[in-house]
Amino acid sequence: MAVVFDRPHAFCDIPLHYCPGCTHGIIHRLVAEVIDEMGIEGDTIGVCPVGCSVMAYDYFNCYMIEAPHGRAPAVATGVKRAKPDSFVFTYQGDGDLAAIGTAETVHAATRGENIVVIFVNNTTYGMTGGQMAPTTLPGQITQTTPYGRDPKVQGYPVRVCEMLSTLTGTALAQRVAVDSVPHIREAKKAIRKAFENQKEKKGFSIVEVLSTCPTNWGLTPVEALDRLRNDMIPYYPLGVYKDIDAVKEGE
Amino acid sequence: MAKITVNFERCKGCGLCTTACPKKIVAIQKERRNPKGYYTAECIDDSACIGCAMCAMMCPDCAIKVEK
Amino acid sequence: MERSLMKGNEALAEAAMRAGCKCFFGYPITPQTEISAYLAKKMAANGGLFLQAESEVAAINMVLGAASTGVRVMTSSSSPGISLKSEGISYIAGSDLPCVIINVQRGGPGLGGIQPSQADYWQATKGLGHGDFHVLVYAPASVQEMVDVVVKAFDKADEYRMPAMILADGILGQMMEPVTFPEIEAKNGDKPWAADGHKNKREHNIINSLYLQPDVLEKSVVDRYEKYKKIEETEADAESYLCEDAEIVVCAFGATARVAKSTVNQAREKGIKAGLFRPKTVWPFPAKQLQEASKNAKTLLSVEMSMGQMIDDIKLAINCSKPVEFFGRTGGVIPKPTEILDEIVRLGGAK
Repeated sequence: MAVVFDRPHAFCDIPLHYCPGCTHGIIHRLVAEVIDEMGIEGDTIGVCPVGCSVMAYDYFNCYMIEAPHGRAPAVATGVKRAKPDSFVFTYQGDGDLAAIGTAETVHAATRGENIVVIFVNNTTYGMTGGQMAPTTLPGQITQTTPYGRDPKVQGYPVRVCEMLSTLTGTALAQRVAVDSVPHIREAKKAIRKAFENQKEKKGFSIVEVLSTCPTNWGLTPVEALDRLRNDMIPYYPLGVYKDIDAVKEGE
Repeated sequence: MAKITVNFERCKGCGLCTTACPKKIVAIQKERRNPKGYYTAECIDDSACIGCAMCAMMCPDCAIKVEK
Repeated sequence: MERSLMKGNEALAEAAMRAGCKCFFGYPITPQTEISAYLAKKMAANGGLFLQAESEVAAINMVLGAASTGVRVMTSSSSPGISLKSEGISYIAGSDLPCVIINVQRGGPGLGGIQPSQADYWQATKGLGHGDFHVLVYAPASVQEMVDVVVKAFDKADEYRMPAMILADGILGQMMEPVTFPEIEAKNGDKPWAADGHKNKREHNIINSLYLQPDVLEKSVVDRYEKYKKIEETEADAESYLCEDAEIVVCAFGATARVAKSTVNQAREKGIKAGLFRPKTVWPFPAKQLQEASKNAKTLLSVEMSMGQMIDDIKLAINCSKPVEFFGRTGGVIPKPTEILDEIVRLGGAK
């Protein structure tokens, strides 16, 4: 018998610290699979966020840098500008990317910084125990919105791909999910495209991955997948919001 | 002929693999806890496994190896 | 050796480039903007990179990224901008990365003013960010020294794997003086720890400042303090001028030391035994040099463009064994030689 599925080399063979059913592990694996398939492990430098995936530097076999909260796109800019031939990716959660790091995200995109951003959106601050995130849905109960997020008080969630798709420097803005095998296959294709864009020097590519947080949502891992499908996808529709290739073809 | 091997130490018993199996033959066993205290996933009918690897693709802990 | 007339900010920028600085990330703020403007013009032609960031916060994190890959990298700002950079500086120190940070100080607190100041002394030497750490802090006093210390700062930052700061001020940044560029070797050094891609040959390097185990974090900090101890012994530097027989030792750094020096000369003309002690590094503070320079002194006088910050280090250096007086102007006001002279006379130096 031949092995048809096993751990990609770029994904370190150590236990993950994530809670049972947390889909970070799936997303890590997809990034590692793309690194393996493109044969770029030795030229890749990853930048970790602050949040649940803060220790992602232990999980990838490429060189890794741990950035301050929200600053990963600025750190990645420094890396990419210093070593333009390397492959640089950031891996960031919603609090990191869309709240404290909004300026760094928007400006890396508008500069057309030739990097890949993996944006994991699970509508909560997981590491600190489930507080309201910039992407928390209206009505969603969190530790800091105990009566549900009220847009009159806490405002509205940020739709990151839609926002970044308006910027000329963005090459790819695509939202995917990891709630099912077909969606996981789509997600991997998007991540692959983002890395190929970097290889071809097309500019800033962001893949937003809708993800779960069973622990802080107070759901079982399987129920959490249902919430992702039933509540998140309608608010954050999946799809390609900007693809520089499609724009060119359409012109 | 296909088979899955679940890494007993790594599996956290989250059950996401059970939702992905088209043959409905992946389940969480309730007899043996691993050192971290989780009941782990297992294939309940090896002969029915088609080696599609959907369970492994869904596994957040990369704990399933698939051979065919 | 070539000799030219240059502004302090521009001379510093030119020297940084010659010292092998490959990346500069900046953000506009008076009175340091000439550094950015100079490098924007010259970096690309010299095979380097100039990038204007969206904020000081982003700029220092770009420095973190570039430093992680092992290249020589610099950023510059002025007081309010340095406060914004302090988050990144703490991470850079905690990740043991070398880089050079320029602070061309202006008056504070808050938006303060745009005139020269030395009121960031405490910030630079004692509190440049959260956590236990130091950065090397050089205090030039002339355009020539702006050149000399930036070269040294890059070398020492690489040697000790830590950030180095040049604590200048609006006077040094803006004034023009003749300057000579020595033969500067553009170095980079071997950096096996750098995260520049392992090319499938090495263990994977991680640049990180997170240690969740208290004992592991403690060890990383204690190891860094062992390094600091060595630096305090070997890197502290100062100039002593007419201190041998001085009864009153005036202590001043940076542009203030220039004013103080002419005051000391005037005092000597009046028959007062005055001397000048000028720290060239303010962290590490040249404590041993000060003990030596003040051994015959009856009084020490700290002169600063602040309400009195370096005076703390002076008292500590001599263990409060002699009276240490203070004279300072702040908010962008430069102390006049006559004011300082009056103070020396008042302190009983007159015969």
